[in-house]
Amino acid sequence: MIVKPKHQRLVLIVIAIVAVMIAVLLAMWGLRDRAAYFYTPTEVAAGKAAVGQPIRLGGMVEKGSIQRLGDGVTIRFRLGDGTGEVPVVFRGITPDLFHEDSGAVAEGRLEKDGTFVADNILAKHDERYMPPELGNQTAEHQAAKTVER
Amino acid sequence: MIAEAGLAALWLAAALAILQLFLAFGPSPVRTVAAGPVRSIAIVEGLLTVFAMAMLLWVFERTDLSVLLVAENSHSAKPWLYKLAGAWGNHEGSILLWVTILGLAGAALAIFSRRLDARTLTAALGAQGALALGFFAFLLLSSNPFARLSPPAFEGRGLNPLLQDPGLVFHPPTLYLGYVGLSVAFSLAVGALITGRVDSALAKAMRPWVLGAWIMLTLGITAGSYWAYYELGWGGWWFWDPVENASLMPWLAATALLHSINVLAARDSLRAWTVMLAMVAFSMSMVGTFLVRSGVLTSVHAFAVDPKRGTFLLALLAIYVGAAFALFALRSGRLSEGPKFELVSREAALVGNNLLLTVILGIVFIGTLYPLFVEALTGAKLSVGAPYFNAVAGPLALILALLVCVGPLLNWKAGSGDKLKRLAIPGLVGITVLVIAMFVLPGEGVLPRIALGIAGMLAIAAFLPLVGRKLRRTPLSTWGMVVAHFGIAVALAGMAASTMLTKEVLTAARPGEQVQVGPWLIEFESVTPTAGSNWTALEAELRASRGDGVSVLRPQARYYTSPPTETTESAIKTVISGQLYTVLGKPAEDGRWQLRLWWKPLVTLIWLGGALIALGGALALGGRAWRGWRKEREQ
Repeated sequence: MIVKPKHQRLVLIVIAIVAVMIAVLLAMWGLRDRAAYFYTPTEVAAGKAAVGQPIRLGGMVEKGSIQRLGDGVTIRFRLGDGTGEVPVVFRGITPDLFHEDSGAVAEGRLEKDGTFVADNILAKHDERYMPPELGNQTAEHQAAKTVER
Repeated sequence: MIAEAGLAALWLAAALAILQLFLAFGPSPVRTVAAGPVRSIAIVEGLLTVFAMAMLLWVFERTDLSVLLVAENSHSAKPWLYKLAGAWGNHEGSILLWVTILGLAGAALAIFSRRLDARTLTAALGAQGALALGFFAFLLLSSNPFARLSPPAFEGRGLNPLLQDPGLVFHPPTLYLGYVGLSVAFSLAVGALITGRVDSALAKAMRPWVLGAWIMLTLGITAGSYWAYYELGWGGWWFWDPVENASLMPWLAATALLHSINVLAARDSLRAWTVMLAMVAFSMSMVGTFLVRSGVLTSVHAFAVDPKRGTFLLALLAIYVGAAFALFALRSGRLSEGPKFELVSREAALVGNNLLLTVILGIVFIGTLYPLFVEALTGAKLSVGAPYFNAVAGPLALILALLVCVGPLLNWKAGSGDKLKRLAIPGLVGITVLVIAMFVLPGEGVLPRIALGIAGMLAIAAFLPLVGRKLRRTPLSTWGMVVAHFGIAVALAGMAASTMLTKEVLTAARPGEQVQVGPWLIEFESVTPTAGSNWTALEAELRASRGDGVSVLRPQARYYTSPPTETTESAIKTVISGQLYTVLGKPAEDGRWQLRLWWKPLVTLIWLGGALIALGGALALGGRAWRGWRKEREQ
């Protein structure tokens, strides 16, 4: 198949447009059930978050709620925001700045019984940084490189 | 005085950028005499930015605490190397590094691109001046690295410990060389659109820049991946973090450009498309800079948010990208697409390559920015991570890898597929590997298994372009292609194998106990305190064996005093078949310690592959430079 130069250009333009459309369609399809929405404990307690979907839950670690289980690597604690509380279970090494009464974001899924199973815990990393979801409005502009996951 | 000298140099350079812009795009009597002066100005501008960067390094070396940036990010008790590299371990310093490389790129363009026609070069230097001007303004008006602190601080706040690593010395400069090196391709594209000369001469002038920037991006991404892997202690080598994506997007665009530019150089075809890609590639660099520096997205690199800076960068981005694409819309109609080609030809395969890379780029772009759009529109907060990117971009990348087996065997222009018969052997190898991966190897997931099969096929197919050639007379650029394509196979095999076969153990153990992970038996000997120049640590001693002698690994939990931070230092044992990766966690209450251990078979292939890809680029660049030099001598 030989394409005339004039048509060839048209073909290339069509290809470019098709490429963009494919990208958008694929992305939309992928994002439909793979984007993790952020919820507060109040919203989760009120049943707004779907069970089994990947979500992020952010709040304060309730005082006295951290409980270490017998295997030495699993912890239970409660994330709260003053008006609601969600029990969280996490198996792994907690971030260095994960403490009672400080901010944390848990990534994971909500179980049917209302427990949040976290795959990851993000904590306020150092004194200059707070996960943006927790509302850090201070205009600190130092290079606070953060590591959280 | 040092800081003031640096600042003065920057203001002077900014003034020169204005002059450069005026000479290149001013009234026509000015333009006719502009060629010489514009080149000299670009060179002086480059020298001034280098001078400013040197001044910044100097104040960091001296730990001059009357400079705000030093007081906030450095400390007198820091190792010497990290004092210097700390100069770009912060927002202002890293923007200055960015601008310095932009200035250097402009100077190098003025010095080395003499073979391009004078009008296009002048216009390109004008475009480079326009870019420089915007970023000078950003630096001077909102991110002055030389601001003074009065009275001086008694001691600096210190550098984030995670950055106190050799990675900081190489990773940002390499990545920036790649990011900003693409600015030259952008400027050349703009210049060529203005003069209307988009032809193979332009492609040949642009190619070394694209190749060079692409090599640096490849190295920067590979090094950054390894740095994150060993430093963060999470055991992963790619997190689809927005900032990682910010470096991947220009790489994808540059890879597409690298291939289409060869079509333009060899066949004078795909003119408008190549110009478009050159503009997209640097636009992606600017998008990346915006994402990293504005802190709009949560990320490993998230800096505390300063809305003013984000807005400034967004405005710059909008102006440059908007102007470039408006120019493209106005001028590209005049470009003819050049000679025709058939559906089964090298050109068509390269169009396929470009199509797939563009779609992958679009998917990464949308996934990265989606949280921003959603939050702006609905206020809902969300994050997009690995499940999306792997599922949507992964299969396309595999199709692309298959195409890499085929494309180099096709001829230019003419539709002949005789050489495709050669694919029989690699195809068989691929299918064999696939069958083994499906039915013999353990682990989860179908995608990694298919990836392993394709990697097996490509590992052999990559060498097919050499069949029937006299190896010593094969041009270096062909060798470069072979090595880079083989590197893709190597990296792909590493990614697939480590995804499928990794063994992970998370446990709490007492000193004296044993833990099995994969083929390794690990004896947990002890935990003892230790210290470095600016940190103290608890260090575990692990004795790992798998029948052939014992290796000792010492992962640490470190505590830094300035700024007060705890970090985990992983300990890694590399053997030919993979890496044993160990992390010491927190103490459990009853005398046990948390240990996280991974056995990652073939994981090292990922970075080896990245290095091979970059080496391939270097061979192509070196080969072409050598040939050009010889041609010039013969004349």
